[in-house]
Amino acid sequence: GGGVVRYVNNTNGGPVFVYVRNGKIVRITPIEFDDRDGRSWTITARGRSFTPPRRGTVNPYVFGLRSLIYSKDRLLYPMKRVDFDPRGDRNPQNRGISSYERVSWDEALDIVAAEIKRVKREHGPGAILNSCGSHHTWGNIGYWLSAKTRFMNSIGSSQVVHNPDSWEGWYWGAVHHWGNSIRNGASDTYGTVEDCLKEAEMIVFWSSDPESTSGVYGAFEGTVRRQWAKSLGIRMVHIDPFYNHTAALLGGKWIAPRPDTGNAMALAIAWVWITEDLYDKEYVAERTTGFAKWRDYVLGVTDGTAKTPEWQEPETGVPGRVVRSLARQWGSRKTYLSPGGLAGFGGACRCATGIEWARSMVCLMAMQGLGKPGVNLGCLQQGAPVDTHFYFPGYAEGGLSGDLDNTGLRVSMYQRMVQLPSMNPVSQLVPRMRIPEAILGEEITGYPTDPKSIEGQFRKFGYPAPGHSPIRLYYKYGGSHFGTMGDSNRYVRAYRSERLEFVVNQSIWFEGEAKFADILLPACTNFERWDIGETANSGGYSHHQFIQWNHRIVTMQHKCIEPLGESRSDYQIFLDLANRLGLGNLFSEAMTELDWCRRLFDASDLPTRVSWKDFVKKGYYVVPAPAEQNRAPVSWRWFAEGREKDVPELAPLPADYAEKWRKGLQTQSGKLEFESSSLKRFDPDDPERPPLPSYIPSWEGHHVKELYEKYPLNLVSPHPRYSFHTMFDGKDSIINDVREHRTLIDGYYYWIVRINSVDARERGIADNTLVRMYNDRGAVILAAQVTDRVPPKTVISAEGSAVYDPVGEPGHSADRGGCVNLLTSSRNIISRSHSTPSNSCLVQIQPWSSGDVS
Amino acid sequence: MNKYAFIIDVGKCENCNNCFLACKDEHCDNDWPGYSRPQPLHGHRWMNILKKERGVFPLIDVAYLPKPCFHCDDAPCVSAGRGGLRKREDGIVIVDSAKACGNRDLVSACPHGALWWNEEEKMVQKCTFCAHLLDDGWQVPRCVQACPTGALSIFRGSDETLREKIVEQELQPPPDSQNRGGSPRCFYRNLQRYTSCFLAGSVGVEQDGVEECGVGARVVLKKENEVVAEQLCDEFGDFRFDGLAPGSGEYLLEISYNGKVMKSGPIRLSASRSAGTFVFSS
Ligand SMILES: Nc1nc2c(c(=O)[nH]1)N[C@H]1C(S)=C(S)[C@@H](COP(=O)(O)OP(=O)(O)OC[C@H]3O[C@@H](n4cnc5c(=O)[nH]c(N)nc54)[C@H](O)[C@@H]3O)O[C@H]1N2
Ligand SMILES: Nc1nc2c(c(=O)[nH]1)N[C@H]1C(S)=C(S)[C@@H](COP(=O)(O)OP(=O)(O)OC[C@H]3O[C@@H](n4cnc5c(=O)[nH]c(N)nc54)[C@H](O)[C@@H]3O)O[C@H]1N2
Ligand code: SF4
Ligand code: SF4
Ligand code: SF4
Ligand SMILES: [Ca+2]
Ligand SMILES: [Ca+2]
Ligand SMILES: [Mo+4]
Repeated sequence: GGGVVRYVNNTNGGPVFVYVRNGKIVRITPIEFDDRDGRSWTITARGRSFTPPRRGTVNPYVFGLRSLIYSKDRLLYPMKRVDFDPRGDRNPQNRGISSYERVSWDEALDIVAAEIKRVKREHGPGAILNSCGSHHTWGNIGYWLSAKTRFMNSIGSSQVVHNPDSWEGWYWGAVHHWGNSIRNGASDTYGTVEDCLKEAEMIVFWSSDPESTSGVYGAFEGTVRRQWAKSLGIRMVHIDPFYNHTAALLGGKWIAPRPDTGNAMALAIAWVWITEDLYDKEYVAERTTGFAKWRDYVLGVTDGTAKTPEWQEPETGVPGRVVRSLARQWGSRKTYLSPGGLAGFGGACRCATGIEWARSMVCLMAMQGLGKPGVNLGCLQQGAPVDTHFYFPGYAEGGLSGDLDNTGLRVSMYQRMVQLPSMNPVSQLVPRMRIPEAILGEEITGYPTDPKSIEGQFRKFGYPAPGHSPIRLYYKYGGSHFGTMGDSNRYVRAYRSERLEFVVNQSIWFEGEAKFADILLPACTNFERWDIGETANSGGYSHHQFIQWNHRIVTMQHKCIEPLGESRSDYQIFLDLANRLGLGNLFSEAMTELDWCRRLFDASDLPTRVSWKDFVKKGYYVVPAPAEQNRAPVSWRWFAEGREKDVPELAPLPADYAEKWRKGLQTQSGKLEFESSSLKRFDPDDPERPPLPSYIPSWEGHHVKELYEKYPLNLVSPHPRYSFHTMFDGKDSIINDVREHRTLIDGYYYWIVRINSVDARERGIADNTLVRMYNDRGAVILAAQVTDRVPPKTVISAEGSAVYDPVGEPGHSADRGGCVNLLTSSRNIISRSHSTPSNSCLVQIQPWSSGDVS
Repeated sequence: MNKYAFIIDVGKCENCNNCFLACKDEHCDNDWPGYSRPQPLHGHRWMNILKKERGVFPLIDVAYLPKPCFHCDDAPCVSAGRGGLRKREDGIVIVDSAKACGNRDLVSACPHGALWWNEEEKMVQKCTFCAHLLDDGWQVPRCVQACPTGALSIFRGSDETLREKIVEQELQPPPDSQNRGGSPRCFYRNLQRYTSCFLAGSVGVEQDGVEECGVGARVVLKKENEVVAEQLCDEFGDFRFDGLAPGSGEYLLEISYNGKVMKSGPIRLSASRSAGTFVFSS
């Protein structure tokens, strides 16, 4: 009523109702179901019945959207850097310094199209580099893997290879013990909500804070399930240097190790199990290989060092008696292990010891009989008994990309959705963590993120690729890297290089990194264009990701308002450029975005349930919960019971089974391997990654004496709870007002660092003191929060600042925007990988005096 | 007459800020004639989430106290406001935009800190209980709808039923509100998580050359030689006496394990603290 129309849209923090009046968004709320929406499931466990509430939850940042859509930092017009003249002086050294002037769309697009043609003509293939963030406004058609990929393929461009940053230790390590390459080494988690509630006696959260990270895209769907677990008396233990929000909500034992030492604690747990007979010998004998060798290593038979709880104490700082008790409880109770907020994430996998940590998690589970009732992975964040047979694609299935090589198109969509194929003829690859070096023309090697097989990651590549041009034109989509990539001053400095002839940035907001472009193209949000998408359905590496949700919710993402200012949808921008390059119909197939939504709708199972007209009108469809007998079986149960694989995923590829299709794992032996056969084949003598999971001290930790004396604080940078990386931060949004996100001091919203009261006292730091956190890589100005939620000598400051605000020369001075990644290392975790060691970072902190720009 | 009240469970609040942000989504830049003028984009906290961290590393916990306007029955802001604020029949207290305009002093009329000054509008503002939505048929205000844990809820019914509920469920008025006055229509569950303090500690025992957790060690808490409480250490050898009043004097601890006894104290409890680790040698 009152002239208000209720639309539907979707976000990575949950689906929403959007109330619009007179062309303006009035409010954005979670979705509440009506009686006609698909039925919910019920789980009975220990004499009680559990049914989720009939609504969707949303993450806090979703409520910040209206303020972000109407933000004063929106890019509303095409812009040109004032001292950039494509026909004269380009002044690349002034990127990040000079201001912008408004230009017309025609002028901006003409410049970009002309530059694309020019660098191809003058330098040959490979001279164009495109990169973007990993995440995006929601929807299958507008996603970067869809429209952007199709456009970049059409013009031919060097591709950025993303390191598997969410998974690191799992991809480079765990995969060698249990396979699961299709999930980058993470675990599948089917049926685990029911199994955990029915059977488990304890949950060990290890580097796991689902109340902050929501797994990924899971909003607060898992919260009610964890509350059920608590009410059933399932015990909880939290191993995390931060007393995180999950621990704070659920309680239980908090064990706070020194960061970057997880592997030592894991070995000590194994030591207790072995010496006290607390492991599943039958399972180990029948389902695993290499145990005897690992056992001898753990006991110290091979290297003379018994990995006892007392041995780990100086390493982790956790008393031996606590680890001993943990091991006993874990070994004698049916236990779920939650490594990361999603089984196969966790800040602990993103550090110098992260590969060893993830590998040891697999070995611990192997010792406890992974897959037996109540013994599995997760923390009720994943594994709801929703319908996994109803088909709707995830964003990684490529939308309209037509790209069979670099999206998940060929998994299901290629035979469901008609589209012209698109292929990139340029085979030059740039590792994402080496973009700055690539721009500077240095020679680089990289290792691919290839989920097809365990061995895909061994295929080393080089840059520049033979016969290709180094990078000359950077087509940047979004502006996150200063806040999210390691040692990110490198990215700042690279922008200002003469070698980079042209930078175009296509962004919704005028964020820190956008300010380094020559031309800015203003994109609109998904609330200003049509799209279609299912909540938390990513597809690709994260097959069936939607099982985090209590209900599957597929949405028609209405165009709720007209694009603000002169902004345009990304699709439209690419089409406008394609038209100038004579590629218009090849790019669009003469279809509008709404036409593409219809095609995708038709390709899914939706038409068997709802008409296009009704779907568009209502805006969402809730997939009914399946009958109990049609629920997905529990992950790993088939393996524990020696049956054929029966969970609803078609991985590993048929050829990757040694014996018989669906019999055994992807590993060479088909078993859980304590000693990895793939690593033995690749390099049995690699000291950085030996075939047995081993204790390898961090290369940026307390063992590095000189560095540690100078920088005695371990910085942990988890994911920001109130933003999704850079996407909801800054930009004058109401998220700035969240006390634990940013703090307003003297009119400026500073990013927060948590510091223990002892460390704070020693340095004369109180709550809200402005501090300078620094090391040899740079300095960041932050607001201190003094707390006992972190141990002495550990500090916590999230990654993901969207603001880059150097107090002096860009790339060489302190940043008061809060990009803590200026301080993290760009080194690979191990040399034969492409990986980020975010949480191995030594720093010092001192009070900041405002004149200090260093 | 059905009247409204807030019922808030401190034990379920995880500081997600959904309530705080949903409130801003509803009120910033939105004018609800007859109810409220737009809230400024930054600065106001109509739903103000307070934090209490208790204890010393590593024996700590943290609690949050979401604090809206209490919609007091005997509201000091209404009596001081000369019509600037009014009480509706359903219990909701509303700022009358026309009459409140220009009166900056009103901010201090609320003893609970629930009024905020809007410089642009030149008037005080506060939580409206989302009366514009409830009057339009909504079942709950925005903050309650947004809360993922069930920490926030509202009551709608007669004062008599409310009184019964308060007794039955042991609901508490906001901390210190008795002294500040106003008879708040806002009640808390598990408020002791925020207001009380604890005395915690760990017990270790030396056995066969290593230290073990003092599982089952008996810990007795005494005050002036009277036993206040008694506990057995959990599987990690930890104990925690919770629900003690801050500043409630000096305590003694008596810890016994296998016939051996250790004593600690006097411990002055001004805030939650840890008595440390007690190790029984063999
Ligand atoms: N220190 C530290 N660093 C880390 C991590 C850590 O744990 N610690 N974690 C790592 C992990 S796991 C990840 S996934 C990365 C994430 O790092 P990134 O992927 O770099 O960060 P995002 O913020 O997701 O980037 C999304 C970008 O896309 C833009 N964008 C979004 N939607 C649209 C759209 O519709 N159109 C256009 N044109 N642009 C759009 C946004 O504005 C933003 O700039 O961070 C990594 N960095
Ligand atoms: N709100 C929000 N949610 C998100 C994201 C976001 O940016 N914002 N990002 C999404 C993405 S892309 C991803 S990959 C996931 C990431 O999900 P996770 O990888 O699970 O999240 P992190 O915050 O990196 O780490 C979780 C916890 O690990 C702890 N930790 C760090 N180092 C160590 C260590 O050495 N040992 C131990 N024991 N603990 C450690 C941190 O203190 C933190 O509490 O989150 C997703 N969800
Ligand atoms: S809390 Fe303050 S503003 Fe609200 S009714 Fe009571 S006195 Fe008035
Ligand atoms: S009831 Fe409405 S006005 Fe009051 S705090 Fe909640 S959302 Fe804000
Ligand atoms: S929404 Fe609920 S859980 Fe979140 S901060 Fe508010 S009251 Fe607490
Ligand atoms: Ca067990
Ligand atoms: Ca490939
Ligand atoms: Mo990630």
